[in-house]
Amino acid sequence: MVSKGRPRASQHSELLRQMLRIRRFEERCVELYSSEKIRGFMHLYIGEEAVAAGVCQALTPDDAVVSTYREHGHALARGVPATAIMAEMYGKAAGCSRGRGGSMHLYDAARGFYGGSAIVGGGLPLAVGLALADRFQGRNRVTTCFFGDGAMAEGAFHECLNLAALWGLPVLFACENNLYAMGTALAKTHAQTDLALRAAGYGIAAWPVDGMDAPAVAQAAARATESIRAGAGPHFLELRTYRFRAHSMYDPERYRDKAEVERWKKRDPIDTLIARMTAAQELTGDDLAMLEKEIVEEIDRAVAFAEQAPIEPVEDLTRFVYSEIPPSGGTMPARRAEAAS
Amino acid sequence: MTGEPAQFRMPSLGADMESGSVAEWLVHPGDQVRRGDVIAVIDTDKALIEVESFHTGVVDSLLVDAGERVPVGTPLALIAGAAPPSEPRVPTPTAPPARKRPPARAGKKRPQPEPQPEPVAGPPGHPPQPTPPPPITSPIVRHLAEQRGLDLATVHGTGPGGQVTRADVERAESRVKASPLARRIALDLDVDLAAVQGTGRAGAIRADDVRKAAARAGEPREAAAPAEAAPAAPTVQEAAAGEPRLEGRRDAMRQAIARAMARSKREIPHYYLSSTVDMSAALGWLRERNRDLPVSQRLLPAVLLLKAAARAAKEVPQLNGFWIDDAFVSGNAVNLGVAISLKGGGLIAPALLDVADRDLDDLMAALRDLVARSRAGRMRSSEMTEATITVTNLGEQGVEAVHGVIYPPQVALVGFGKILDRPWAVDGLLGVRPVVTVTLAADHRATDGFTGGRFLTTVDRLLNHPEGL
Amino acid sequence: MTEGTTTYREAMREAIREAMRRDERVFLMGEDVGAYGGCFAVSLGLLEEFGPERVRDTPLSEAAFVGAGIGAALGGMRPIVEVMTVNFSLLALDQILNNAATLLHMSGGQLNVPLVIRMTTGAGRQLAAQHSHSLEGWYAHIPGLKILAPATLEDARGMLWPALEDPDPVLIFEHGSLYNLSGVPRPGPVDISHAALRRSGKHVTLIGYGGTAGKTLSAADALAAEGIEADVIDLRILRPLDDATVMESVSRTHHVVIVDEGWRSGGLSAEISARIAEQAFYQLDAPIARVCTTEIPIPYARHLEEAAIPQVPAIVTAAREAVAS
Repeated sequence: MVSKGRPRASQHSELLRQMLRIRRFEERCVELYSSEKIRGFMHLYIGEEAVAAGVCQALTPDDAVVSTYREHGHALARGVPATAIMAEMYGKAAGCSRGRGGSMHLYDAARGFYGGSAIVGGGLPLAVGLALADRFQGRNRVTTCFFGDGAMAEGAFHECLNLAALWGLPVLFACENNLYAMGTALAKTHAQTDLALRAAGYGIAAWPVDGMDAPAVAQAAARATESIRAGAGPHFLELRTYRFRAHSMYDPERYRDKAEVERWKKRDPIDTLIARMTAAQELTGDDLAMLEKEIVEEIDRAVAFAEQAPIEPVEDLTRFVYSEIPPSGGTMPARRAEAAS
Repeated sequence: MTGEPAQFRMPSLGADMESGSVAEWLVHPGDQVRRGDVIAVIDTDKALIEVESFHTGVVDSLLVDAGERVPVGTPLALIAGAAPPSEPRVPTPTAPPARKRPPARAGKKRPQPEPQPEPVAGPPGHPPQPTPPPPITSPIVRHLAEQRGLDLATVHGTGPGGQVTRADVERAESRVKASPLARRIALDLDVDLAAVQGTGRAGAIRADDVRKAAARAGEPREAAAPAEAAPAAPTVQEAAAGEPRLEGRRDAMRQAIARAMARSKREIPHYYLSSTVDMSAALGWLRERNRDLPVSQRLLPAVLLLKAAARAAKEVPQLNGFWIDDAFVSGNAVNLGVAISLKGGGLIAPALLDVADRDLDDLMAALRDLVARSRAGRMRSSEMTEATITVTNLGEQGVEAVHGVIYPPQVALVGFGKILDRPWAVDGLLGVRPVVTVTLAADHRATDGFTGGRFLTTVDRLLNHPEGL
Repeated sequence: MTEGTTTYREAMREAIREAMRRDERVFLMGEDVGAYGGCFAVSLGLLEEFGPERVRDTPLSEAAFVGAGIGAALGGMRPIVEVMTVNFSLLALDQILNNAATLLHMSGGQLNVPLVIRMTTGAGRQLAAQHSHSLEGWYAHIPGLKILAPATLEDARGMLWPALEDPDPVLIFEHGSLYNLSGVPRPGPVDISHAALRRSGKHVTLIGYGGTAGKTLSAADALAAEGIEADVIDLRILRPLDDATVMESVSRTHHVVIVDEGWRSGGLSAEISARIAEQAFYQLDAPIARVCTTEIPIPYARHLEEAAIPQVPAIVTAAREAVAS
């Protein structure tokens, strides 16, 4: 699709736009967190934008995404409105999880965004199940499951790769290898650090991708999803990336040295793409300024929306523990989540 | 014997106690103290502990101020005229240690002492009673009462002179054990749980117990006796209601006593006998028995007297029962009515059931319980109607002999005076012995003096062989 | 054999068969549910009837296949996931608690999980500690789940369909000692919202469920011989608990014995006991009594196992004491 459907320039500018949206959104989050508008744990995506932008460019609106707790970027790239995400982080009723999830648990069933799991590896079985349901119901869609390198140490990862491969399910396993499971380096927790190699051991098509290169990610994801849609079963991409900021909002960064961070920052996916586009005359300074202006406006709107949005009344505290649809006699109740598909 | 003043020293109240302070002096210079009197409260850092004097005499001076910390062994007070530790006296309920300080009262509900009622004659023929003084309490007891939210004025004191002891507070605090359902039903049926006998685990009151009690309360109380026979019973119901109805209670009680006593004097041809009994064997035995027991388990002489009276009534059954319809009806068991004077006047004579066959410890506990409940106005109906013979023990008030008026339809009333040291001849030698005057007022319609005499002889014999009681 | 006689196992199988015939979104998934016929032979023959897609053997991957059940439910299916025993379900506890029970709330009402998980529970078959525990009380602790404990043929036959109709995750605990229970079930639907009064009496309420429901009935028979008439409640639904039925009974009998094959400490019996104390305190005429499993891992030897779990004589004794005290 990427190579055929759209002109390359347009693909690049869309990647740039998504990456910049994510970057500016996250930067604003830092500010809002510092002024206590946002609380709780908040894991920023800065540095890893090429992964979300690239993978999501390969998805159709019908596809499903299962994500992690570092998922602002995935949600934005999948089209979850910035207003709803920001309101969620403000804990407002207009948030995409009605203030019950916060930064780590963003959901948008209508857009096939199955959230924000904060249990490392916990989303993988869901993705397998969603794909199984698609198989049963003859839907030709891909379920993309984002997870980190840390999740590959969890049993659930291995159970799920085995199961998805065994059943040939349409899942794209998108491993964001940012080299650290929170504060522990990949090499300190994995005997075999070639993650694609390990995934391949389950009989799955798997390869590594430069996760700092948005067009490369987009291309790889396009190849994988095309193959999945063609019935080739699950695919695995190891997206080699890096987070520029702390694991959560702030950490002492004792586990990695500054020089390493600086080295990776030189490979900033946004700067890299801007440089490439400028060189290819796909982007002018005015274009960039215009893009930045649009994005700032979008984020300003999101913040203003979140600020003025009403809170969920405490009387509704106990809602959504059980469904509010009374079971009907004899027939299956309609499921609201089906609106997603 | 006089000599150098004795020293009251900071006692060691625990293996690890090195020092302590006097939290409160309970005596002042000039006060008379006896061996065993609590004279100070010591703060050991772990607890407040009441300590007693080992000397008898007059407090000469206090050497250490309250609050001052001193090592164990430091002299705290001098007690003049201290006799060497003599034969400890058998504790008898007597006046409190002389103290001039006004006793503190914990629950100062009433700024004014309640109006003293007219001194009321106790049962029949009792001399006017002195009004009991307000309860005297130690700091620990006040502290405990405060902790538990108890009004000390409502706690019956069993210490010397009615002093409220720690045990009294703890007893008062212990709740009636009843199931939640029983409590609810009791509330609905207006049944006083304290007057209900529990049949559940550990005596817990269950719903059925309350229902039965309510049913009993609904029955005529006089089933066993003519209407006027149990004068105190109806008044007790009112007594349970508490202070707001105190005046009414007293009036009613007075009226009931008046009716019963008038009927007794009108109908019953009394005869009176008396006998003086040497109590040295009984008290000696009691001393031995109490020696190693904690205070809570010690027996009082009163229990021996009651038990002796009950056993004698069993042996002379003609005195144990009722005169009804011109005939004597013997009691099934010896249910000993015990005349109990109430704080603030009046008296009731609830029964200790089946006394002749109960052991002394049991009886002691029952007596304590009965006195406490009587004064709290919490009697069981059976106790109010089932006495077969009554004992009055005005000796507690210092009276030497009591010539009582019989509670109709009973046929006898036994009186015990104060146990006093008196010259006493034994085997031709004069000595000092503790003696008690036992009296019998009996219904001449039911018995003759011969029978009465046999009763008193039996009491004498029993008290001289206390081990058999 | 009487016409219509069936076993608990067959009733359960029939329920699955009926659900799969009735709704094509229903499928069965778990370890050895297909070719093997189910660890406890519940699904015997279903593979042949419905094929390997709908009667789906899984690898020994409790987290993956339970989680996949959750995902499939999100994707519009009505999965029945079978876990061999409650002990094994702990391997999937993360999925059950952090996803199935939590997604609806965490997503602000967007993602309900219409999933049924069946598993065996309980002791009595000399399977020792790792196959014999009664952990349904743990699951009953979790908001977002519904917990069923069919103890009769009717419930074995009838609970599955309403559980599948439920929009939220339902866990069905089948006590291992019940599979051979046989008889003629009454026809007709059953609800999954109420406890059942299995026997009426005025002196004491015996509360049991699952594996202890039958024992409470036997105890009631023995008590009747002594003149003690027991109300016997089969809880059926362990979450949400049917407080009304319990309180109504306790309000009539004023004495209560709770029988639970779970451990006493922090268990379901403790919860029921607390609720009675909270809601029917003034109806109690005796302390609440409990007969629970001794607080040990279930041992293998028959006599030890029998001594560890609630038995009829202990229930009788507890009831007698409750009534007498």
